[in-house]
Amino acid sequence: MGLTARDQQLVAAIQSGLPLVSRPFADIGARIGLSENETIERIQALLTDGTIKRLGVVVRHHELGYRANAMTVWNIPDDQVDELGRRIGAVDFVTLCYRRPRHLPDWPYNLFAMIHGQNRTAVLHNIESLIERCGLKTIQHEVLFSRRRFKQCGARYIDASPRQPAEGRMHSQSGGPP
Amino acid sequence: MDARDTAIINQLQGGFPITERPYAEVAKTLEITEKELIERLENLLAKGILSRFGPMYHAERLGGGLTLAALHVADEGFDRVAEQVNRFPEVAHNYQREHHLNMWFVLATETPARIDEVLAEIEQKTGCRVYNVPKIEEFFVGLRFEL
Repeated sequence: MGLTARDQQLVAAIQSGLPLVSRPFADIGARIGLSENETIERIQALLTDGTIKRLGVVVRHHELGYRANAMTVWNIPDDQVDELGRRIGAVDFVTLCYRRPRHLPDWPYNLFAMIHGQNRTAVLHNIESLIERCGLKTIQHEVLFSRRRFKQCGARYIDASPRQPAEGRMHSQSGGPP
Repeated sequence: MDARDTAIINQLQGGFPITERPYAEVAKTLEITEKELIERLENLLAKGILSRFGPMYHAERLGGGLTLAALHVADEGFDRVAEQVNRFPEVAHNYQREHHLNMWFVLATETPARIDEVLAEIEQKTGCRVYNVPKIEEFFVGLRFEL
């Protein structure tokens, strides 16, 4: 798409993380033949045009004590999904909210909202509150709690280094009632 | 994890200055030294509390493909299928969830065309029907935790 070869190199150079050194952008620039200033300018441009959604820390929520996470899915009439999607997405404990396609008849749900919490009780309480606040009483929905996380690694879009072997890590998600 | 680590995580979930001495700038608002901030970040990454410190990309703008997909896997074959799916380097996350559709994974590929190819390969390898649910519209992308 619109990325220049230089920007692709830049994206590849930072995709696994920013260097933890005093002048990280000088460090990155040196790797790909850009000055510190040019590196800063290009990263700012990529943030402005939305290629980089944000720069910062990505937490492992399980390790932070958010042991329950539920993917809530909703079957919302097509003519209401934009309005309700915006309303649900604006609720503070909803961490992701997407419209996605149905697969009828097996899968009637077209709106997905992710809700994290310290435990299942807290998550279920939030869902009740969501139904109340967004007027979802008549909307068919299901709650898909996660049981185990098999893999969580940053998506890699540009292959700049040798592929790492697929991880086989398994974390059991205990801590919530069954 | 102590109160300072918490403050660092809260601060850096919101963004990072793109300047010559960004760690020094962040450290100043947190009233710690640059050196301490860097050491604490190293430690949080080493402990696995942070999975990454860096950019979150808009996959489609990079010319890549991104989707969420689900399978129904019989209980007795679950671990075997999980291994088959996780072996694909394009699979970024994979969760077992409580539902008839009990395996949900995120796929990130270098091109949009690869999505369908990889899903077909997963279907073939696992013998399970893949339900592909790519995002149509995004209403919110925060994924931040106030600690």
